[in-house]
Amino acid sequence: MQAIKNLIKKSRIKSPWLLHYDCSSCNGCDIEILACLTPLYDVERFGIINAGNPKHADILLVTGGVNNRNKHVLQNIYAQMPDPKVVVCVGACGNTGGIFRDAYNILGGVDKAIPVDVYVPGCPPKPEAIIDGVVKALGILAEKSENLKNCVEQEDDR
Amino acid sequence: MFTVSNIIIAILAVILTPLLGGLIAGLDRKLTARLQGRYGPPILQPFYDVFKLLGKSKMMVNGTQVFCAWIYLISAVSSVLLFALRSDLLMIFFVLTIGSVFLAIGASSTPSPYSQIGAQRELIQMLTYEPLLIVVFVSIYFVTGSFKIDDILSYPRPIFLSLPLIYLVLGFALTIKLRKSPFDISTSHHGHQEIVKGVLTEYSGPHLALIEIAHWYEIMLVLGICGLFWSTSWIGLLLLLIVTYAAEVVVDNLVTRATWRWMLTYVWGVGISLAFFNIAFLYANRFVN
Repeated sequence: MQAIKNLIKKSRIKSPWLLHYDCSSCNGCDIEILACLTPLYDVERFGIINAGNPKHADILLVTGGVNNRNKHVLQNIYAQMPDPKVVVCVGACGNTGGIFRDAYNILGGVDKAIPVDVYVPGCPPKPEAIIDGVVKALGILAEKSENLKNCVEQEDDR
Repeated sequence: MFTVSNIIIAILAVILTPLLGGLIAGLDRKLTARLQGRYGPPILQPFYDVFKLLGKSKMMVNGTQVFCAWIYLISAVSSVLLFALRSDLLMIFFVLTIGSVFLAIGASSTPSPYSQIGAQRELIQMLTYEPLLIVVFVSIYFVTGSFKIDDILSYPRPIFLSLPLIYLVLGFALTIKLRKSPFDISTSHHGHQEIVKGVLTEYSGPHLALIEIAHWYEIMLVLGICGLFWSTSWIGLLLLLIVTYAAEVVVDNLVTRATWRWMLTYVWGVGISLAFFNIAFLYANRFVN
């Protein structure tokens, strides 16, 4: 039983499936994210797949600032992802709202709508920086799955 | 029937088949990556994916979905079991069909439009490959005089030599079953395309893992049926399977996804005429000799 648990723990880090959501980005960050999937960077060698489906995803990559329109969409997508999950916010706009921070329709960074685990700065960030952010997120994912298990056990005890 | 050797064969088949299926899926992904000029994931990647999915929290739309995922797995395992016990080809075919039908039912039980379209496309795919599989089995019967795998294995010559065109027809069915291009129309290879993941869209976590494991069983079963075509020697069998699978991967990388209309007309048109020529040739041969 312990062996299977360890295997699952190892597999979580080895097989992160991404979901990429563009809040209101200028597409600069999105092009850099998609560049990670090309033969030059080839993130599939880490087992990373662009899942395109919140129900299959482990990591949510968000670009662009949040506005009143897409806040609900973002929260909906986040709610549809099964635990354990992490959110990586890519680019200046996603982190803080960027140059659109003072615009009347922008709420600010992604963390105004959903909890964010990793912030990747840059306008746009390099693909290397995005991969670095995702790898950092994997560490958090492993940590979260530990906590998740503890939560379940605590609930069971109650 | 329930001899010790049969029980051992059954247990080995149930345990080894998914391991082999996962390994083949891993090699497939590596080879695909190399063909695209990428380094590719580790060969054990499909196992990592499945174990990760098993460890995720359960999220389901409705109970029907979960039930259907289990039936899909059970039918795939039973058909592999029947194959390992050298049972009847037609029986295996019917058991396999039950699983595919339930996969489509499970997908159409959810309100998601992607899942719905995927389910309908899955049914069209079944409509395409099932008559061809029946034609393949009937042709095997035509040559060996039996549907029993036991009798087919005792046939002295490789069946491939009598049925080369029928093997191509089986290739169509294999491509559809493997969900590879140009026939990956019910679940697209990549989730970020027009129907997301088609029939698999609404399955998540452990239930998706069940379907993935069932898929490995199914692939191994169809490869096993391919193997029947050169059952007289191990080297011939391995060569045939390796060439077949390599051809699948190359075709997968060369072509784009077809529409269901093209698939239905092309696969039926070409498949049934190939089968017709092969059987007509065999029939004429009987009179010559």
